[in-house]
Amino acid sequence: MINDIIISAKGLTKKFNDFIAVDHISFDVYKGEIFGFLGANGAGKTTAIRMLCGLSLPSAGKASVAGFDVYKQTENIKKTIGYMSQKFSLYEDLTVKENIRFYGGIYGKSNQFIKEKTGWLLQRLHLENEADKLVGSLPLGWKQKLAFSVAVFHEPRIVFLDEPTGGVDPVTRREFWNLIYEAAESGITIFITTHYMDEAEYCNRVSIMVDGRIDALDSPAALKQQYAVDSMDKVFLHLARTAQRVDS
Amino acid sequence: MNAVVVHNLSKNYGKKNEIKAVKEISFEVSTGELFGVIGPDGAGKSTLFRMLTTLLLPDNGSASVDGSDIVKDFKAIRNKVGYMPGRFSLYQDLSVEENLNFFATIFNTTVKKNYDLIKDIYVQIEPFKKRKAGKLSGGMKQKLALSCALIHRPVVLFLDEPTTGVDAVSRKEFWEMLMKLKSQGITILVSTPYMDEAGLCDRIGLMQNGKLLSVGTPKEITASFSQTLLEVKSENMYALLQQLIAYDSIMEAYSFGEYHHAVMKENFSIEKLQQYLEEKGNKNVVIKNTVPTIEDCFMQLMKK
Repeated sequence: MINDIIISAKGLTKKFNDFIAVDHISFDVYKGEIFGFLGANGAGKTTAIRMLCGLSLPSAGKASVAGFDVYKQTENIKKTIGYMSQKFSLYEDLTVKENIRFYGGIYGKSNQFIKEKTGWLLQRLHLENEADKLVGSLPLGWKQKLAFSVAVFHEPRIVFLDEPTGGVDPVTRREFWNLIYEAAESGITIFITTHYMDEAEYCNRVSIMVDGRIDALDSPAALKQQYAVDSMDKVFLHLARTAQRVDS
Repeated sequence: MNAVVVHNLSKNYGKKNEIKAVKEISFEVSTGELFGVIGPDGAGKSTLFRMLTTLLLPDNGSASVDGSDIVKDFKAIRNKVGYMPGRFSLYQDLSVEENLNFFATIFNTTVKKNYDLIKDIYVQIEPFKKRKAGKLSGGMKQKLALSCALIHRPVVLFLDEPTTGVDAVSRKEFWEMLMKLKSQGITILVSTPYMDEAGLCDRIGLMQNGKLLSVGTPKEITASFSQTLLEVKSENMYALLQQLIAYDSIMEAYSFGEYHHAVMKENFSIEKLQQYLEEKGNKNVVIKNTVPTIEDCFMQLMKK
């Protein structure tokens, strides 16, 4: 599985007038990898993710996602990936079942596929009794687990997770990570941002953005060794403190 | 003296009071203390804070802040507490400076009079004082909101999730600001979903589903963890976790950063566990005793 590159960026850059939000970043992500994409607020993570998801055209550089070009094949990219964030995930005023049906439909899945997989998914998440309840009435932890399952429902090759576990209780946070591990084992590549540094440890490799650049990229063990510290928290603080950019 | 006294406080929502947001909570906060209410989203932290700041009426129980009753003496409380809500709630179309002057004026004071209290925080945003509040970055909004909550020199400061969604560096800076305020004698109640912030508080209350699971100093709470806790790692962490969960002498196992944590039953043996894991094909197995964190305690209490 390793060395099968699924995301590749070379000198990827985004400028907003004079402001260089993303400054020539280069990295590869391998198939089936859990890739942690870290950085302080304002370091450029969201801008980079938007380019990789085909939502924003780069100012310079190259990148491909699942073999598709981020300039010319943005529609193919959107079909091939899944996306979930803490802020937006599901429609609160649709039921659990309606949300699944809606997202399945958007990604062009057949009625039969949706029907079969919905039953399987509800059972796996122990949500059979909640199928016809509004998503808005579910506890946050359930919502986030459901949102992740919906994001991978159409069997994407890559799923982008933008701070998926913010505010979630510690038990549910770990259940959420079990879903991530399972998805990764099944070959889905995970591209994740988080503010929880213990979660950085669960990634195969981690990149840390500072002022629009990627200043570090390696496995958590190698990064800790490189900076001679005992936790990812300390690696992160060490790098993020070098930032010159005023978070503006 | 106690700055905050809460007795059996409850709050329900919904047409039939069916949503029990806060359930018979009791605790006390001493004057000058930094008290943390720690719990995930939906635990009831904001509802609790809104009752104590007189923005919501309780359904049952009672509470006082700086000796004033939260129902009868609500006007007195509003004059002497500072409150920073979870959602940014300053006037977006007023400038930084205008917001600060506005809050000073409604509390019948001036920025000049209390400048010493906010100086350390405000100097960081002063270069942008003509900028509209709505155009500030997250970190700067937070500093302005804190300045506005402090400008009338409150006796008790309530901060509802000030560090949610904030990166590790800014979180650290924010806690350094709180430590300085505490040293000036202000009683602070702060809520957070981040378990690792618990250690920065004098005392904490762990909250889940409207209830306080435990109240005490961080040390008291971690000392109440009665089982032995081990940290375990090997080369295949995912398989290792399944094997730990399946092991007889382990009550519970879960991921914890670089290691997995295993809560042990009595009469376990590290040697036998090591042997079992090696037989299962694990390479480079490391097993060590470890000290429970607040997060370990929280998970134990949640399951009770």
